[in-house]
Amino acid sequence: MSNYFNNRHIGSWLLISLILVLLITSTAFAANDPNGSATLKQDPNSAVNYIWVLICGAMVIFMMTGFAMVETGFTRARHANNTMMMNLMVWAVGGLAFYFIGFGLMFGGVGGMFGSLDKLLTIKMFGHSWGLLGAKGFGLGNSVYDVSIFLLFFFQVGFLDTALTIPSGAMAERIKFSTYLVYTFIAGAFIYPLFGNWVWGGGWLSQLGQIGLGQGFKDFAGSSAVHAVGGTMALASAIVLGPRIGKYIKGKPVAIPGHDLGMGVLGTMLLIFCWFGFNCGSTFAATDLRFTVVAVNTLLAGCVGGMAAMIYMCFSSGKPDTSMSCNGILAGLVAITAPCAYVPTWAAVLIGGIAGILVCYSVYFVENRLKIDDPVGAVSVHGVNGLWGTIALGLFADGTYGNVKGLFFGGGFGQLGAQLIGALTLIIVIFSLSYLLFKLLDRTIGMRVSAEEELTGLDVPVHGAVCYPEFSISSSLSITTNNTTIPNSITIEKSKN
Amino acid sequence: MKKIEAYLRPNCIGDVINSLHEIGIEGISLTEIKGYGQQKGHVEHYRGAEYTINLLPKIKIELFIKDTQVSSAIKAITKAAQTGEIGDGKIFISPVEEGIRIRTGETGETVI
Repeated sequence: MSNYFNNRHIGSWLLISLILVLLITSTAFAANDPNGSATLKQDPNSAVNYIWVLICGAMVIFMMTGFAMVETGFTRARHANNTMMMNLMVWAVGGLAFYFIGFGLMFGGVGGMFGSLDKLLTIKMFGHSWGLLGAKGFGLGNSVYDVSIFLLFFFQVGFLDTALTIPSGAMAERIKFSTYLVYTFIAGAFIYPLFGNWVWGGGWLSQLGQIGLGQGFKDFAGSSAVHAVGGTMALASAIVLGPRIGKYIKGKPVAIPGHDLGMGVLGTMLLIFCWFGFNCGSTFAATDLRFTVVAVNTLLAGCVGGMAAMIYMCFSSGKPDTSMSCNGILAGLVAITAPCAYVPTWAAVLIGGIAGILVCYSVYFVENRLKIDDPVGAVSVHGVNGLWGTIALGLFADGTYGNVKGLFFGGGFGQLGAQLIGALTLIIVIFSLSYLLFKLLDRTIGMRVSAEEELTGLDVPVHGAVCYPEFSISSSLSITTNNTTIPNSITIEKSKN
Repeated sequence: MKKIEAYLRPNCIGDVINSLHEIGIEGISLTEIKGYGQQKGHVEHYRGAEYTINLLPKIKIELFIKDTQVSSAIKAITKAAQTGEIGDGKIFISPVEEGIRIRTGETGETVI
């Protein structure tokens, strides 16, 4: 029961700090347009642009359905309720964290078409001023009461949810639910917005162009800011948590098949659909017809990623593995997310193909060499391929959009340099911050459930109900290696009337 | 009176029931089971890692028949369930002491 008391304390503590933040938030009025009429008058195109971003934003938020289905399908039935709940509540908690704190830190100084978001904390170095963090827009108060800013918030909240939900796959089947919610809030309020500001909020990575590094660090829709950040946090969380009981026997990894591969495949298909909102919506305007190029590149990279992974698995283990084919498609999509607006189609095919192979190698490497248990491959799909996509932009950008030129299109090492600096910064900053956070959570409220709860399944101990109460769930296999048998089956009896 | 227990491949069960019908055997009980035999399952791959599927799904049928029906029942089941490959299953026959119809209380082979 101490679990729940802990929860309550954390809840009230968070509530008090949020109210304080709201009170501190400046309430000064600026030239805002809260009802939208002035915005529409000034630019009649804003109607079509706003509806474009709204629909794409809703598609991005719908990605949580895909993530929930992939993660739950690829893990075991006894934890299904818990895995679903993590994917559900990340939206609620993450959205609020972004509202109260994260949005202000990330976009408080983005300026441009969001006029009153004009507070960027900067530092002077090398004769230039560099953005570090935004400082306006906390709690979407009166000072930012403007339709364009609300549109930006709505669109960005889905990206945040995506980044935050990625580690839930790596932590599945053994993370304490209360700890997971605390992680969600802190990462959504501080860790994600930090790197997000440097890339999209006018921060220093996006300003690398002022010292001659191409157009500055570019990430069109979030290979780095969303996927690699999520994947890196997933790596840190899986290291701190340790492998599931029975995953390694005498140092050898044991396959723990998911309970519903069909659900995982459907989830992947949903993610494919939503990805077109994710990438195409990042034009942030329906009048920017470049989104056609974005859509085609996204599609091609996904296709090739899935093909490459499937063929690779056929050669390496004899059969076209379903879950790795899903991972391959997702890897292709993750990798093309940053460069999708900047590269020609042949480069999209190449980027997706490399991503499909890379994800297979990476899953093997993480599981067999690093001995890190990542049940759904979050680190390999989102982390490794997020970084690959980020770097690929610096290689293949062809200069037809935003004058971004990669190494192979006469851009020299400038753009590539910016991309490498961004990728390196991400690994160092996000990994150390999230590792620190998870270590801290582990020392204080604890990261991991008890062995007993883990073995019987988290559904009943944590949520009071199993996901499939009217089915007798008994796995067709028990895992056997070197005379050690771990029963992989439980039977859930129907409750008595 | 005899009891026949047969362990069969799940996919042949429709044929087995039909061929038992044809020789006039009118009642069976069926259970979905899992088990392993001499081969002890087989090795598969999931996400590139090896694992052993050592409990395979099977169907167990139980039927009670008159002594005179034994050889025709065995022929009927074998005809429908035999593929010639490993894993076709097994049939076991045992004597039955008594049978009672609960509704009427009658006993002997007439309850079948």
